[in-house]
Amino acid sequence: MTLHTPSSPADLAAVVAEARRAGTLLAVAGGGTRSGLGRPVQAAAKVSTAKLSGITLYEPAELVIAAKAGTPLREVTEALAARGQRLPFEPMDHRALYGTTGEPTVGGVAAANVSGPARINLGAARDSMIGLKFVNGLAEDVKSGGRVMKNVTGLDLVKALAGSFGTLAVFHEVCFKVLPVAEGERTLVVAGLSIPRAVEALSAALGSPFEPTGAAHLPATAGEAARTLIRIEGFAASLAYRTDALSKLLAPFGGIETLEADASAAVWAEIRDAAIFSGTDEAVWRLSVPPSAAPALAERLAPLSPRIVLDWGGGLVWAGVAASGDAGAARFHAAAKAAGGHATLVRAPDAVRGAVDVFSPPAGPLMAIQRKLKASFDPAGVLNPGRMYPGV
Amino acid sequence: MAIAFPAPRADVLAKRDRVVAALRAIVPGEGVITEEKERRAFETDALTSYRRVPMVVVLPETTEQVAAIMAFCHAEGVPVVARGAGTSLCGGSIPQEDAVVLGVAKMNRVLDVNFADRTMRVEAGITNLAISGEVAHAGFFYAPDPSSQLACTIAGNVAMNSGGAHCLKYGVTANNILGLKLVTVEGEIVEIGGGALDSPGYDLIGLLVGSEGQLGVVTEVTVRILRQAEGARPVLFGFREIAQAGQTVSDIIGAGIIPVAIEYMDREAIHICEAFAKAGYPLDVEAMLIIEVEGSEAEMEAMLARIVDIARRHDVATVKESKSAMETAAIWKGRKSAFGATGRVADYICMDGTIPTGRLPDVLAGIDRIVKGYGLRVANVFHAGDGNLHPLVMFNVNDPAEQVKAEHAGEDILRLCVQLGGCLTGEHGVGIEKRDLMREQFTEVDLLQQTRIKTALDPKWILNPAKVFPLDAPRDEAPREAA
Repeated sequence: MTLHTPSSPADLAAVVAEARRAGTLLAVAGGGTRSGLGRPVQAAAKVSTAKLSGITLYEPAELVIAAKAGTPLREVTEALAARGQRLPFEPMDHRALYGTTGEPTVGGVAAANVSGPARINLGAARDSMIGLKFVNGLAEDVKSGGRVMKNVTGLDLVKALAGSFGTLAVFHEVCFKVLPVAEGERTLVVAGLSIPRAVEALSAALGSPFEPTGAAHLPATAGEAARTLIRIEGFAASLAYRTDALSKLLAPFGGIETLEADASAAVWAEIRDAAIFSGTDEAVWRLSVPPSAAPALAERLAPLSPRIVLDWGGGLVWAGVAASGDAGAARFHAAAKAAGGHATLVRAPDAVRGAVDVFSPPAGPLMAIQRKLKASFDPAGVLNPGRMYPGV
Repeated sequence: MAIAFPAPRADVLAKRDRVVAALRAIVPGEGVITEEKERRAFETDALTSYRRVPMVVVLPETTEQVAAIMAFCHAEGVPVVARGAGTSLCGGSIPQEDAVVLGVAKMNRVLDVNFADRTMRVEAGITNLAISGEVAHAGFFYAPDPSSQLACTIAGNVAMNSGGAHCLKYGVTANNILGLKLVTVEGEIVEIGGGALDSPGYDLIGLLVGSEGQLGVVTEVTVRILRQAEGARPVLFGFREIAQAGQTVSDIIGAGIIPVAIEYMDREAIHICEAFAKAGYPLDVEAMLIIEVEGSEAEMEAMLARIVDIARRHDVATVKESKSAMETAAIWKGRKSAFGATGRVADYICMDGTIPTGRLPDVLAGIDRIVKGYGLRVANVFHAGDGNLHPLVMFNVNDPAEQVKAEHAGEDILRLCVQLGGCLTGEHGVGIEKRDLMREQFTEVDLLQQTRIKTALDPKWILNPAKVFPLDAPRDEAPREAA
């Protein structure tokens, strides 16, 4: 496979122009740590953003940072941390799940709209993305949005492109709004709840005025009962007050233990990265549903998936299943649909992901709109062909 | 008139009777408005200096009626201007003589409230404030709060991606919508998203929110509702120098404090709003910040203590905390009625640029220079926390020359915003008002990518014509087909 590593937007446009002229299909890659996410791409050449790297703008007092697409995410998070700031959406690190090495990039996070537990309160990657520069499938260098956090000028291509998995355009620069790191965090833990009771507890916490930034449920393990976890953040007096208030609210669900600073951060990193599936050979599914639908969904999946993790108050369901056959595709998509949501086959062998729906297919007229959107950015279908759906 | 409208199409005007008959067959009774004096009620929105009486107005009551209207108008090539409450400040819902106005105001029911999932499904014609009103008894609210929230509809909020004073903490419309029911230009009904936090495929909700009626007609919306904070308290900070206020804002955010709102008013705006709202604003200062914090009593006090400390470092002249719910209401009434109160003393045009917040002193000096250069006055109200500016350029509507000057001043201000790294519009939208300035911010290929999407979803360009894109914006002749 030919590898292109353009070092400027103009070079990038030239690579796409040549591929378009020659009818070559282009795989689009950042750091390659999430290449197992989506359908396998059949392409003769690959364009990497590796040489489009570096922070281009950071204004802490304006809560904004921009970086070229190939910039390692670590560079951005370290620069932010040095000034007491962070990316609000707490992006998942897929390396442990996939057993990949290398560095996740800014462009990869944007292209896959990678978000973590804080999404429940602080939004997804797409909510923090305020500007994007990209080369579309027509080899045009286009921008949308900018560096200010309120901007409704023209169509919002930034959101249309967040989570487009390189199928509409190759990003070369991304601008994010950021937030201060909270002064402290604490996690309240209730042990031994069933999934229905856990979702009730999480719903009560999320419907309170105490603004949890994490609401998850981890299944029982050999040595430990199931844990229902609620994270709060803030300054010391606020943490103390909210711990007290939430403890009273959650008293009907059982005794409350607390995890402080580092222990709290560690458990949320596990939840963020779906760590219980690391190092196993199961296929891994991620289902996004209304939280109140999670208990029935979990019951339906239980015969296939003994271990189920809930995040986003029950709105995000992680499940493992034997990787054989269709890796449960038919049943997971049907179950997600019945629950009012959708499913993604996050981890499975290439052969499986090439044969089944990795992402729940949108219903008829909605799929037609998706194809129209694809055609308006990449009419010849040069970029990451088939990564999301056949032909898209 | 500075902003051009395309000439009405004779072929469309010629089939007016047939259009009216077809609409009557779809929407029975009083839902089709044909009398000129009644149509005139729809001739403009909050950009009142421009008016066009539409060919006919239709007020459907169901999504199926909307679909049938769109199918007919698409087949016949008749322009359609969707309309909520008509509160757009940028002329986003001003019709034209050959257009059908499709008003969604009769579709205003609450369809479902789900406290467990913290979502609510509503018809698009419901007002912003009615959404919060429906769930206030349980301590919940819908967060985006444009100043026109008493009148404006969620349909309009979705079209314009509306913000408000509190979006520094809670985000704008796009961050608070989970699902849409869309009627395509061809009249197909499409459900996008729903109760989950994301939906499969491309983020069509993200694309549709803020698309100003260019891509389809939204008839139902699933919004996130949030639990209200235990308490909220606005505090007034008066400064003798503008730069002190700007530096205070920067230092608050730099210190890691994100209040729920930081609003800025200059001397002119303070005096206008105080005369109207009697909110107790300090009258002897050049600039005022309204900073609101939320939480329990102890949390608010702790956060305010830090904010006051920062303000004192910048020689704040007045600090005035709200002591009661009544004072809080008065403080916000003053701010939220800034546009209306200014309208009592002069005609004005309201600009809506955004700048990087660090450039606040530069932009204020620039606005002053521009407006004085035209011999006009300005009152400045800003969402200072996110750099969204609302300079109100005042003029006398009975003096046509002065109106032209005011429009030019407004354009110069927006050019300045773009030059300083900002944008033309932070929350009001482009509409007709800023349409011809789009090239200040976008290149031809930037615009072409946008118009390709427009062409893909509205091949005949019948939806809300002559808005958003310059009339001569580059576009492909036909939708691009996938290989």
